[in-house]
Amino acid sequence: MEQGPAGGSGAAAAAGPGGLLLPLNESEQQRYSELFSRCCPPPEAAAGGSSVGELFRASQLPPDTLHQITEVCGAKRVGYFGPTQFYIALKLIAAAQSGFPVRIESIKNELPLPQFVALKNDSEVRYGTPAELHGVKFQVPHATLEKNSYKRTDEGDKQEPKSPPMSPICSPPASPSTYQRIPLSYGYGKSRSGLEQQHGAPYEVRHSTHQQDGPSSGNYGAKSVLACSTLNRSLSGEREQQDSSAHYSDDPWRITEEQRDYYINQFRSLQPDLNSFISGSVAKNFFTKSKLPIPELSHIWELSDVDCDGALTLPEFCAAFHLVVARKNGYQLPETLPETLVPEYLQAASLKPLRDCALFDSYSESLPGGQQTRDFSRTEKTSAEEVPDSSALLQDGKKDDKQALKVSTDLKSIPKEFQHLTVKTAAQESNTLKARPRSRSYSSTSIEDAMKKGEEPPTPPPRPQKSHSRASSLDLNKIFQQNTQAVRSGWLPPPPPALPPRPSLSQTEQVSEVELHPQMNRPPSQAEENSSAKKEVVLAQPPSKPARRKLRTETQGLETPELSPTISVTSSLPAIKPHLPVQKQSSKQKRAIQTAIRKNKEANAVLARLNSELQQQLKEVHKERIALETQLEQLRPVTVL
Amino acid sequence: QSQFIISSPPQNYPLYIRSVPTENELKFHYTVHTSLDVVDEKISAMGKALVDQRELYLGLLYPTEDYKVYGYVTNSKVKFVMVVDSSNTALRDNEIRSMFRKLHNSYTDIMCNPFYNPGDRIHSRAFDNMVNSMMMQVC
Repeated sequence: MEQGPAGGSGAAAAAGPGGLLLPLNESEQQRYSELFSRCCPPPEAAAGGSSVGELFRASQLPPDTLHQITEVCGAKRVGYFGPTQFYIALKLIAAAQSGFPVRIESIKNELPLPQFVALKNDSEVRYGTPAELHGVKFQVPHATLEKNSYKRTDEGDKQEPKSPPMSPICSPPASPSTYQRIPLSYGYGKSRSGLEQQHGAPYEVRHSTHQQDGPSSGNYGAKSVLACSTLNRSLSGEREQQDSSAHYSDDPWRITEEQRDYYINQFRSLQPDLNSFISGSVAKNFFTKSKLPIPELSHIWELSDVDCDGALTLPEFCAAFHLVVARKNGYQLPETLPETLVPEYLQAASLKPLRDCALFDSYSESLPGGQQTRDFSRTEKTSAEEVPDSSALLQDGKKDDKQALKVSTDLKSIPKEFQHLTVKTAAQESNTLKARPRSRSYSSTSIEDAMKKGEEPPTPPPRPQKSHSRASSLDLNKIFQQNTQAVRSGWLPPPPPALPPRPSLSQTEQVSEVELHPQMNRPPSQAEENSSAKKEVVLAQPPSKPARRKLRTETQGLETPELSPTISVTSSLPAIKPHLPVQKQSSKQKRAIQTAIRKNKEANAVLARLNSELQQQLKEVHKERIALETQLEQLRPVTVL
Repeated sequence: QSQFIISSPPQNYPLYIRSVPTENELKFHYTVHTSLDVVDEKISAMGKALVDQRELYLGLLYPTEDYKVYGYVTNSKVKFVMVVDSSNTALRDNEIRSMFRKLHNSYTDIMCNPFYNPGDRIHSRAFDNMVNSMMMQVC
């Protein structure tokens, strides 16, 4: 998704007070000009004080900060909000919202766009910001939302969820509260009495103001998670870089710290020992309370129980819970477990609870989208919501679920965010997880099969070259080197192409190699064989390379391998020379020499074998002859008589 | 072409049926149904030689119809029957065995899911994917 180029290099600059150059990038430029035009309808040169004040208030910064900003930007000095002052002020607002002190130096930092809550008339502008920043399109009318936000800003209730324009680094009160509501699922009431006490009060506050928001995602037992208020305060000082928040902001399958804690608490309620697991039946009862249809729960189980043991360990439980939450909010269940829900990942993640408000964005941005008018009666007309069955599921009129419903509407907003997200199936990962060898006796063979399959692809070890070890009856090296200079150029092309076909045609190759080295001196007894073999080779050998063919034809014409090397060489040379790149001759020569040596050795071995066989035959023939002669002898005296 | 069915005791009603390709299913259904009887027969026959957990059917090779039926039964009397076309170069016995083993593994995975009631039709997507991939491999 396209994160707003808020961090990008400035595309425009505005001169500030004292000649400071205020770098603004395109999104900032756009936003600021929009805001400025709103506050200051042209053709006036200066923004109207009232609209500016309104805008500033909408930024939800404390009033003294706003005063400070106005001072710093120079409006007080010049008495009006000119464009420069306005832009500086906006930048300072952004800085303040990001937690930087209100000073001129702050504006030099790369900042996100300043956030203004629910300015009356510009839904589009408002949404333009998050769209830029997060690539999320919240095309939801927010009439009531605006009203609420106004109410909120008037009340100064920092716990209200922010309207859509929430930067990743949105003001902390909004984000944690909103996204905390996400895991508020499951009217599982009893186990969370503790939490209930804690959060009853802040929740009530939110509750009342959220009447109209009517969060509608699912009937979750609305226990606010973990000290929203305390979190708000604690997080007010924390800011993350936009990059890291951007990284998390588009991943609906990533479990935030808040959620994780919530899940862990839930786990504890079912199974006090965090290192142990929840059995299937217990988990089944638990998740059935979420009122998802059984097939979906079955699928969720399939996804999350990666070791398929019928029980959920803590990370598996978190993943399952997270999937249920997501499903309740209308997200389609993935086919495979997303990478971030994989138990190893979750386990590793749980060891480093780094997530702070950077994580909030993923929910905070979605939440504002979800804050539409939803009523408890579940006429889920969430415009972007497309999961009818989940909305049907939400038809829960239980009283204790009312709060959950509100929460769930917030959660519903998540789908908007998730719509455009592609759950990157680390499908391979999940698949490999599923394919992990499981500790089952009868599956051991399947593991072996898998392993075998894995082993088969590696090619079998290269067939041992037929007998170079036996080589060297002929000192081919010497012979070769004699002709090396003369032949060097000629040999370069053939040797490399000769290599690949070698294993398949080892013998014929070798014999043909013999041809190619006509300067090798063969014992005369082999001349015939060579010539016949040559012919065979010529016929059998696929014409591998033109050079070789040429050589072969040359030698074929010569009919014996014993032609003077020079002739063949010279005949081959003209044929070869054209192919020859003159550069890199030395390295090629070395390679050629080595390959030639090898070939020669092989050829030699083959010939030696041939020789021995022929000798054998010769012996036998001799024996036969002797036998016949003796027979003749035996017969002759009879006749001679 | 091939078809695969899981049927469960005691009445041998099918838990899962999958055919590739999907035409001509009726013929496969008939074949499978008849083969179930043979499977039962075999099970009862080897009462004392404790179930070897797998069996191979080559006996049901009809010369005209040119396909083979393989059977596999688990300890809990759940039967897996596979019909394959003989025209695809005969699958080796080991391949069939490995396929049944994989099926058995996946089946136990399904069983582990607490939301699955034994005796229900099997709707697991993972199982479907596995079966599909296997049948693609066979065809």
